[in-house]
Amino acid sequence: MTNKIKEFNIVIVGVGGQGLLTMLQIVAEAALLNGYEVRTSELHGLAQRGGSVEVHIRFGEKIFSPLVSAQRADLVIALESQEALRAGYFASTKTKFLLNQHIIPIPLAKALTAEEILTSLRKISKDVNLIPASEICRKAVATDVVAGIYLLGVSVFKKILPLEEDALIFAIKKIIPEKYLELNLKALNLAKS
Amino acid sequence: MKDILLDKPGKKIILLGNEAIVRGALELGVEFVSTYPGTPASEIGNTFFKLSQDKEYKEYFEFSVNEKTALEAAIGASFSGLKTLVAMKNFGVNVCLDALMPFVYTGTKGPTVIVVADDPSCHSSAQSEENSRGFANLAHIPILEPADPQECKDFLKLAFQISEKFKIPIILRTTTRVNHQRMPVQLGKIAQLNLVAGEFIKNPQQFVTLPPRVLEMKKELLEKIEKIRAFAENSSVNLIDGGRTSINKKAGIITSGVSYLNVKEALKELDLDLPILKLGFFYPLPEQKIKTFLRGLKKVLIVEELEPYLENEVARLAKEANCKLEVVGKKLLPEIGELKPEIIISAIAKFTNYKLKSMNFRSSPRFATACVIGNWKSKIPQRSPQFCPGCSYWSVVSAIKKSVDPAKVIFGGDIGCYMLFGTPAIGMQDYLSCMGSSIGIAHGIKKALRLGSGQADSQKLITFIGDSTFLHAGIPALINTIFNKSNPLIIILDNQTTAMTGHQPNPAMATKINSEYKFGFTDPDFSAKGDGCQPAIIIEDIVRACGVKNLKVIDPIKQEEFVSAIKEFLEKEEVSVIIARRMCVLFAKSLK
Repeated sequence: MTNKIKEFNIVIVGVGGQGLLTMLQIVAEAALLNGYEVRTSELHGLAQRGGSVEVHIRFGEKIFSPLVSAQRADLVIALESQEALRAGYFASTKTKFLLNQHIIPIPLAKALTAEEILTSLRKISKDVNLIPASEICRKAVATDVVAGIYLLGVSVFKKILPLEEDALIFAIKKIIPEKYLELNLKALNLAKS
Repeated sequence: MKDILLDKPGKKIILLGNEAIVRGALELGVEFVSTYPGTPASEIGNTFFKLSQDKEYKEYFEFSVNEKTALEAAIGASFSGLKTLVAMKNFGVNVCLDALMPFVYTGTKGPTVIVVADDPSCHSSAQSEENSRGFANLAHIPILEPADPQECKDFLKLAFQISEKFKIPIILRTTTRVNHQRMPVQLGKIAQLNLVAGEFIKNPQQFVTLPPRVLEMKKELLEKIEKIRAFAENSSVNLIDGGRTSINKKAGIITSGVSYLNVKEALKELDLDLPILKLGFFYPLPEQKIKTFLRGLKKVLIVEELEPYLENEVARLAKEANCKLEVVGKKLLPEIGELKPEIIISAIAKFTNYKLKSMNFRSSPRFATACVIGNWKSKIPQRSPQFCPGCSYWSVVSAIKKSVDPAKVIFGGDIGCYMLFGTPAIGMQDYLSCMGSSIGIAHGIKKALRLGSGQADSQKLITFIGDSTFLHAGIPALINTIFNKSNPLIIILDNQTTAMTGHQPNPAMATKINSEYKFGFTDPDFSAKGDGCQPAIIIEDIVRACGVKNLKVIDPIKQEEFVSAIKEFLEKEEVSVIIARRMCVLFAKSLK
């Protein structure tokens, strides 16, 4: 890779069970393959079961902390739209948001509309993108478990995430178990069109 | 997972901190491993467990019944000359402390390292924000603190070297952001194990702690610690980093563990170059090295998470080395919660005040706003974890709500997925403490409620405890309810695995579960299942043997039976137990 990035900070948010740890591993492997230092942070345990999940991935020339600092995220990927609001803590005017247009209701709370979420986030950054990843995946491959892979594809193909396509594919092949590989590669290809 | 066995010394692969610990153990040829699962240490045991399923794996591994039995097993292995590793979360040390204290006195024969994982901010810890550093002065046990996965592997090796050299157990203390950090780790060579049986050579001088010998042992221990301190003075894991280009050489930082990485990040952000003393040893501290670092400084910032143990030590050493030195720590940093990078950025900015104003707002405009940390309010309610779809605990909740008015009953909680009974939507958890305590505290409440009156129950009490938690620490408490005569209703939630920490085996699980026997198990009666399907321990046998007369084993989806058992048992004058047995739905799915 010719144009090396000094530092790139990603926060991925979502709900336990949406595959955030898999995404984290894929991005980390791809970044390593592209010659970067990489560090990540994740949480395990009960937090996974339907609770909010937040993982951090940082890569670049020299990376010390495994955590993204407040307002330092270059990219926020939200696998559930409402969760993007929690990641606002990590965002600044320069942060790009990719939101899966997908709401998982919070028990006993009224779900926010996409409009409300976008209005809030646009107070921080103008670059907020709502993408119907779950819907696209459900239509094409009959499941939205690969919505995260689709969004990773979008971020790499649109050069939002400065990693090479080949590195991403290599990382997916490395991390995803054989029997789900085809499904994941299909989801990645959907992001191309 | 397969990567962890990769035989390519020098290659860098991405590993989780916990995986790096396992890799390190394989590289240095650990022979005996015991653990009890607990986040953030769980993947250490899980990874060894997966490895041990392979016929090629020769080392001994066990999930013990609790941390005390895990450590005791390790002590036995060490006394028999084996290279031994134990892993647990912080609360595990509380459980095994009784065995740990004398083990430090006797010392090791085979080198022994205990990995202890702390969890600042309590991401996955219910009971307290425990700082295991406190055990150092209590037990005189050396503690090393790695900052990242690479150091997890390197420091584990160092810990074994120290243990081997000085014949003393060592704690490798990690925190969540170390255990659950990933980075490329440079591989070494996996040890070619030529396993031979351990040998226990009688040596009561070493292995028996009794007065008057025990006081001699304490003297030997304190001497050992001073020798290790001398070793620490020259160890490269206590290093001075940065400060060479610094204009202001009068301010320095002392830190360790993951805080070191966050300090480096903060200095990068602020474009500052301050000398940092990074300590790999927390105990014993390299006092001369610290004093040398302190001389010549006007002020020093101690960046440590939780209690100011290090700050207090540095303040003490400063009196001898540099009495005018200003020691700053908890004045600028919180004592509660993990130290996120922005908290440290903010503290260093205050610590070096003029620097920030003169240059950093300009050189780093985003930092100007980052100073106001925590100003973003997300406006959405907390999303609590929930029981998985199909979880049998839903049926438990439903049966109880059909049997009693939850507002009028006291509910005891314990450590496991069923802590979610405390969420507002369910509202069935009136106290929660440590592993196994639901029963012990229930007994105390029931006795207290009767005091003076001697009358029948004014208030009913139901406690919940999982299968693994019951076996871990619930049994003595159950015996106490029989011996001292109280009458809580204990519901043992037997989902046939240690579910919350990731489905580790426990003694009440069918023994051949990983080979022949696959079950979507709903039948409470084990005996029909034939050879190999019977667990090592049958919980109802234990309950009966403790003297419990009111006992039923029920599949919680059989609501009528469950409801009538609850109603019947709540009227009893003696303790009652219902074993609600249905396999964890995720675990059952994983077996298919």
